[in-house]
Amino acid sequence: MSQSLSADASIFARRNAAHIRQIPEKLIDVTLQPIMFVLLFAYVFGGVIDVPGSNYREYLIGGILVQSLAFGMMGPGTAIATDLREGVIERFRSLPVSRAAYLIGHLVSEVGASLIALTILTGSGLLVGWRPHEDVLHVAGGFGLLILFSITMIWIGTLLGLISRSADGVQGLIFMTIFPLTFLSNAFVPAEGLPAALETFSNYNPVSTVVSAVRTLFGNATATPDGAPWTLQHPVVSAVGSCLLLLAIVVPLTLARYRARTTD
Amino acid sequence: MYETTGIGVEAAGLGKSYDDFWALRDVDLHVPAGSVLGLLGHNGAGKTTAIKILTTLASPTTGTARVAGYDVKTQGREVRSRIGVASQAATVDGLLTGRANLTLVGRLYGLSKTDARTRADELLERLDLVDAADKLVQAYSGGMRRRLDLAASIVARPAVLFLDEPTTGLDPRSRGDLWALLRELVDGGTTIVLTTQYLEEADRLADDIVVLDHGRVVAHGTPTDLKARVGGERAEVTVSGVADLAPAARALDGFADAPAVTDAEALTVTVPLRGGTRLMDIVRALDAGGVDAVDVARREATLDDVFLSLTTTSKPEAIAA
Repeated sequence: MSQSLSADASIFARRNAAHIRQIPEKLIDVTLQPIMFVLLFAYVFGGVIDVPGSNYREYLIGGILVQSLAFGMMGPGTAIATDLREGVIERFRSLPVSRAAYLIGHLVSEVGASLIALTILTGSGLLVGWRPHEDVLHVAGGFGLLILFSITMIWIGTLLGLISRSADGVQGLIFMTIFPLTFLSNAFVPAEGLPAALETFSNYNPVSTVVSAVRTLFGNATATPDGAPWTLQHPVVSAVGSCLLLLAIVVPLTLARYRARTTD
Repeated sequence: MYETTGIGVEAAGLGKSYDDFWALRDVDLHVPAGSVLGLLGHNGAGKTTAIKILTTLASPTTGTARVAGYDVKTQGREVRSRIGVASQAATVDGLLTGRANLTLVGRLYGLSKTDARTRADELLERLDLVDAADKLVQAYSGGMRRRLDLAASIVARPAVLFLDEPTTGLDPRSRGDLWALLRELVDGGTTIVLTTQYLEEADRLADDIVVLDHGRVVAHGTPTDLKARVGGERAEVTVSGVADLAPAARALDGFADAPAVTDAEALTVTVPLRGGTRLMDIVRALDAGGVDAVDVARREATLDDVFLSLTTTSKPEAIAA
């Protein structure tokens, strides 16, 4: 009666998709919330934020994309914490299924959710007037980087879900981390307008690097301040490097934690 | 080494240590296919550890075990495809419907989509969950969750079914229904290993009982054997107040071979009676001792008596708190 790892993983992935069908609110943070941010910033704050050499909407989209994908760690974080708390993971462990299938299923469904969010946001960006100005290869590279960033965030979320004791705890932790990190970056406002201390923080914030890299690949204005650190002057290589470095740390930690949580 | 047919569970010298602490030590089990083994013991006696090892969720430090003919250490997947497990906490997915839960588990056991759906329908019917089948499980009552959990554990028609306190939290009617279902499964050839805090349940369901205490087997036999071992008849005296417990125990001492068992909450003193003791003699002794007895009764030994005489830590109410 045994079957392949990929078949089991896809059963788990479909289970997670079924959760979203049952509780559509679960998808709000990756769909409606970003659209709300696009509208809010484009039409409410956009008029008062000045971006040197660009219009604000062109500048904004790179930032919103990165922020939304960063919130993608919420999905695996809360889902895995809930499974551990409710004990349903005990049931899965007693079945003739590879332990890896459960984890792979989560990664697959979360990447799927992030791709949906990416599509919706790109669409709403186009609607409010955002356009890429680079050739197809660069634009594809931009989306590639966004997907790499999203996968990194999903792994971090998975680790948080395995560490934490409750879904609410994970949710709080992620809000407390992602909001300051994304707002104290160049995602929504150019660093030059900020007070000196915050400008420095924004310049060294890895979120800024990723946002700048996406803007560079899409051919949108980056508004990089003079005297910005090397990482911000070379955002694409720095962003890819940071994501890979984070993955190299987080993936082994996550696998070790998962093994520990599912072994007696 | 073992026969693979005719035996549900076979374990020899099973032990599990956590650092210096032995949660389970030198446990031998022999459960013929189609029979029911009841595991009794206080909280911490090693029942859940034994279940975890037999269901491949924990690996034994010493000894070997075969379940449905397969080695739990080296053939985990074969074992898992032939067993069902219902643990103490109802392990179901609150964000799916009852039907979706059963279909999911069926699929993970390797059933085809159609088979998994058909089997889910059958079990929803059998466990009286048809009305709630398409509701999210998070809206289920505790009893409904337990029934769904049990349904999930028998989705793949397991050869061996492990139940950790299956009726805890069920109302008496649901408990009766569950017992009937378990009987039906056993008649169909399923082997069952269950732990319980209800001695009546073990008495009713189990062909064989193993009593664990501090990780070791302290008694093993049929319910009848075990009751015979602690002596047949008992006298149980209920007194009006705590102060009367000690005098009652002293008064009863002359009729018994073993020390009296005192229950300060129920205000009872119980002793195994020596053959030929008359009720009248007991009443006179109590009266002579100045005991204010509310009730004096003679009764057959129950598994509670077995339990109290064999285990050491605490009262039976605390077995699985």
